[in-house]
Amino acid sequence: MSELLQIDNLGKRFGGFVALENITLSVRAGERLGLIGPNGSGKSTLVNCICGTLRHEQGSVRFDGRTLDGLIAHQRTHLGLARSFQLPRPFVSLSLIDNIRIPLLYTVAARGTHRAAREVEDRCSDLLREVGLQAKAHHLPRDLTQVEMRKLELARAMAAEPKLLIADESMAGLTHSEIQDILTLLVRLNERGVTIILIEHIMRAVMSFSQRLVVLVSGRKIADGRPDEVVRNPEVEKAYLG
Amino acid sequence: MIFSYDLLINAVVSGILIGGFYAAVSSGITLSFGILDIVNIAHPAFIILGSYVAYIVNATLGLDPILTAIVMMPAFYVLGAGIYQVYYVSFEKRGQESLRGLAFFFGLLFITEVTLVLYFGVDYRYVDAPYIGPTLHFGMLDVPLRILVPFLVSLLLIAALELILTRTFIGRAIMAVAQDQLALRLMAIDPIRIKRIAFGISIATASLAGAFLIIIQPVEPSVGREYIGRVFAICVLGGMGSLPGTLIAAMLIGIVESLTSTFYGPSWAPAVSFGFLLLTLAFRPAGLLGR
Amino acid sequence: MRTPLFVLIWLVIGGVLFAVSVALGNDYVFFAGYVVLQYVVLGTAWNILGGYCGYVNFGSAAFFALGAYSTVAIYKFYPLPIPLLLPISAVVSGVVGFGMGYLTLRLRGAFFAIATLALAVVLETLVVNWDYVGGSRGAYIIRPEEIEPIGNYIRYLFLIMLLLAIGAITVARLIERSRLGYGFATIRDDELAAEASGVPTLRLKLTATTISGALMGMAGAPFPYYIGYLQPSSTFGLDYAVNSIAMPLIGGTTSWVGPLIGALLLGSMQQIATVTISSAVNLLIVGCVLVAFVIVAPNGIIGMVHTYLQRKPDDFVGRRRVDADLPGAVP
Repeated sequence: MSELLQIDNLGKRFGGFVALENITLSVRAGERLGLIGPNGSGKSTLVNCICGTLRHEQGSVRFDGRTLDGLIAHQRTHLGLARSFQLPRPFVSLSLIDNIRIPLLYTVAARGTHRAAREVEDRCSDLLREVGLQAKAHHLPRDLTQVEMRKLELARAMAAEPKLLIADESMAGLTHSEIQDILTLLVRLNERGVTIILIEHIMRAVMSFSQRLVVLVSGRKIADGRPDEVVRNPEVEKAYLG
Repeated sequence: MIFSYDLLINAVVSGILIGGFYAAVSSGITLSFGILDIVNIAHPAFIILGSYVAYIVNATLGLDPILTAIVMMPAFYVLGAGIYQVYYVSFEKRGQESLRGLAFFFGLLFITEVTLVLYFGVDYRYVDAPYIGPTLHFGMLDVPLRILVPFLVSLLLIAALELILTRTFIGRAIMAVAQDQLALRLMAIDPIRIKRIAFGISIATASLAGAFLIIIQPVEPSVGREYIGRVFAICVLGGMGSLPGTLIAAMLIGIVESLTSTFYGPSWAPAVSFGFLLLTLAFRPAGLLGR
Repeated sequence: MRTPLFVLIWLVIGGVLFAVSVALGNDYVFFAGYVVLQYVVLGTAWNILGGYCGYVNFGSAAFFALGAYSTVAIYKFYPLPIPLLLPISAVVSGVVGFGMGYLTLRLRGAFFAIATLALAVVLETLVVNWDYVGGSRGAYIIRPEEIEPIGNYIRYLFLIMLLLAIGAITVARLIERSRLGYGFATIRDDELAAEASGVPTLRLKLTATTISGALMGMAGAPFPYYIGYLQPSSTFGLDYAVNSIAMPLIGGTTSWVGPLIGALLLGSMQQIATVTISSAVNLLIVGCVLVAFVIVAPNGIIGMVHTYLQRKPDDFVGRRRVDADLPGAVP
């Protein structure tokens, strides 16, 4: 069992504020990990540190056997890391299909995969179809609803053909069936071999999806284990209900 | 290079005095750029406008330029408030302030400058006042009154602005709007109105700074251009929204410019402030006092 | 439309333009036309960094002046023909562009713009203090009277600038339609998301500043021959900065067409104003039109045309072509 992602003693401060403290976490290849925690517990900061958007001060991050420390965000994406943003950040002047095209042009191509233009075009359409946005392929992101923008976020992350995908609160505000759609999508992705870290508030989704659950509170990891065990952990209960 | 303590002391003192004036010039930018994040690259043009206003009143009515400027400050305030309103509606609201807002102010810079050229021509203008001319002598130190007086009034201006920002309700609202607009709204204060007031104050300072400028040196419309880099350099060096920082940074730049000019020649002086700016941006964007 | 066809069409248009100008019999057409074409190059060059990537460069004059002063420096050593001067200026300005980018591109938008202004002044000060190229006294270049087989030297200069202009818009158009153009657009829209999608933003930005700088330098290379007497204060003047910003903004920043329209319109307006009213009014015109356009028509003339034609204002970077292959693809 190989650790795809290995985080050791990760620490991040913003001035005097300690956002993350001594985070040690490992994710196996092919695993479905759920990451939960109250607002402000540091989940997005953790994602940013893993992906290189933020520089961490302490500890280290290793991915696929390589240390990521010092690598810039785009280099980590090339290595196989992809993430969606909690607040969607689409490329506003590009159509949806062009938004999807970017990771294909820059990440996939950087790995030496040779693809003809027709293939790229088809791949973009396929991805849009998977998230149900095919009809708006040539629209601009400003024509999308919040929900559709989140789907675009996810599709764009998928377009980078990652080994590890971090989905940051992709389901907020979705209806029951939409949540199910995303879950099905993620499970299908996982079956194809993509390791997934799901960050969510919607407990039902996290519980059904995750093989393992990690709980973050005030920048610290307070639980890490099987979902049914973690939720019965008194500290976790306190963090959420106390 | 001729080195002598005489030259050195005079250069340093001159630098400090000019630095005080630079601080007054930059105080407007500290407000608009440091605190409000508005890149008003046209600020020097408003200063020149202030200079010309002082010139006209001085030439026709013989009134003291500094007094004129103080009287004119409300008018400049209104101008500033109006400009901010246009800026807000056209750019900030649409989220286009980076490119188009910048271009807007750039355009204003040129419109102001060229209008002055068309109206007044490119001749140098100067004012008359009892303190322009005499020089105080303290041993080997020569202090021209025309630089000392603006220096002193500049200090008063900076002190007044700092008091407004820290002690008055409006001032604290201005500091707050830079940090958290939503919180301000929840307190039933309109952030747009606050920003309008702040920008108005910013342009009002230009009136006074303009008077200082034309007291210190003769002015023609394109003189403003050399101040563009200077004021932003001082603002950034001073830590962005900090008035005390601006004062220190201004004096620092004043001293270095003065030393460069005295010992290496005035043709190198423009590179000083701009070079400082580049170095600051490259290595310590948080400025000397940090933020 | 394939690029070779594009170039051919524009060469034909250029040829017609040249022939008409010759037929008009008045050399002033060439003098004025040179300036307008020069602005086509400057505006297009600026737009590659400013419009495509979203990084506002206030230092256009510096790159232009570097090109001009490269010519002067070489001229004092040995006068080379202009076609050789062009690549030299391109290299000088391109390298400086790269250097400037390296120093400043990590800065947030507004800081970058201010830094470019600072750099322009620092460069100007260096040149003013460099006596070899005349320093603040300026430099003289004797313009030859004639050159075979075109005849009048000013026609030769006009022709060169015409070719440069066609080259500039071709480069811009090529970029737009390539992977680079997509990358630039993501930098403009959201750098953070671009990085997360795997776009090497710093490398692309450096590419943009280098290409932009090189083109501006090439625009400056023939300038000493055009003007005869080179003065640092005017060559490094803010006038070039405002024009190279105003023209793309007025024409439209999203495609190569914008700077072309902006330069042709604004440039011609200024030339007419100089002759009929005064040259000071030039900048007043630029300032007023610029302010009016950014307030009323933020997408420039291109945007206005699109709105008029009832389409959604086209914020795209050009039109996408499906057959833009990925690098390395087997044909």
